[in-house]
Amino acid sequence: MGYQWNGQEIAADEEGYLTDLSQWNPELALLIAEDEKVNMTDDHWEVVNFLREYYDEYQIAPAIRVLTKALKKKLGEEKSTNKYLYDLFPYGPAKQACKIAGLPKPTGCV
Amino acid sequence: MSDTKRFLYVNRKAPHGTIYALESLEVVLIGAAFEQDVSLAFLDDGVFQLIKKQATTGIGVKNFAPVYRALGDYDVKKIFVERESLEERGLSEDDLMEITHENDDEEDVSSVEIVDRARMAEIMAAQDVILSF
Repeated sequence: MGYQWNGQEIAADEEGYLTDLSQWNPELALLIAEDEKVNMTDDHWEVVNFLREYYDEYQIAPAIRVLTKALKKKLGEEKSTNKYLYDLFPYGPAKQACKIAGLPKPTGCV
Repeated sequence: MSDTKRFLYVNRKAPHGTIYALESLEVVLIGAAFEQDVSLAFLDDGVFQLIKKQATTGIGVKNFAPVYRALGDYDVKKIFVERESLEERGLSEDDLMEITHENDDEEDVSSVEIVDRARMAEIMAAQDVILSF
C-alpha cells in the first residue's frame, strides 16, 4: 500500500504507515487523514505535532498511556484524557495520529 | 495489584552487531503495559548500550539510543549498571547518558544506579523472572 501525492508514489506498509519517515509533509498528512476519515482541525494538529516532536527527541512513537501522560504535562488535563483523544481519533489515538504524523506504529501497541 | 512480579531484563551485549539490545528494549516497552515491577541490568558489553552521544550513521543502522531516555515515561525507573563491567572497559558513570523519571514530587531524578558485582547478584536473586539478552 502507498499514497499518491504530488505525482509521486509514497511507500507505506500494509497498514498505511509510511516506510520512509523523511517523506512526510503536512500535505501528505492531510491525505493520510482523509484515508483514515479524520477531518484535521487545530486540535488534531496539536496532537500530531506533539507526536512528531516526541519522536524527534526519543526516536519512538509513544504508546497511548505514555502519550496521555506526556500531553497532560504539555497541554493540561482537558486535552489529555482518553475521551478527548478518542473523540479526535476514533480508531485509536496512538495508532491513527501516529499514522497521520508519518511515524511507525507505536511500540507497546499490540 | 497483588500478583505483581519482579521482572529483570539483563543486557549483556553491545548495542549493534546483533539484534539483542534493540529486541530487549522493545520487549521492555511492550512489557511495561502490564504494570509489573520492572528493572533493567546492564553488564559485560551491555554497558555500551548506555554510552552517551552514540552516532550510527557510519554503520547504516538506526540509532535507538534516545529510546532509553523514554523509559521513564513507560514507568521503568530502575536501571542497574555493573561497576566492574564499566571499569573493565575503561568507562565510568560520566560516559553514560542521563536517564530520568519523575518521582512522586514531580521532580526528574536519575533512574541509573551503578552497583558492584556482589550487589548485582543480590538484585538478580530477588527477582521472580529474569530475561537475558
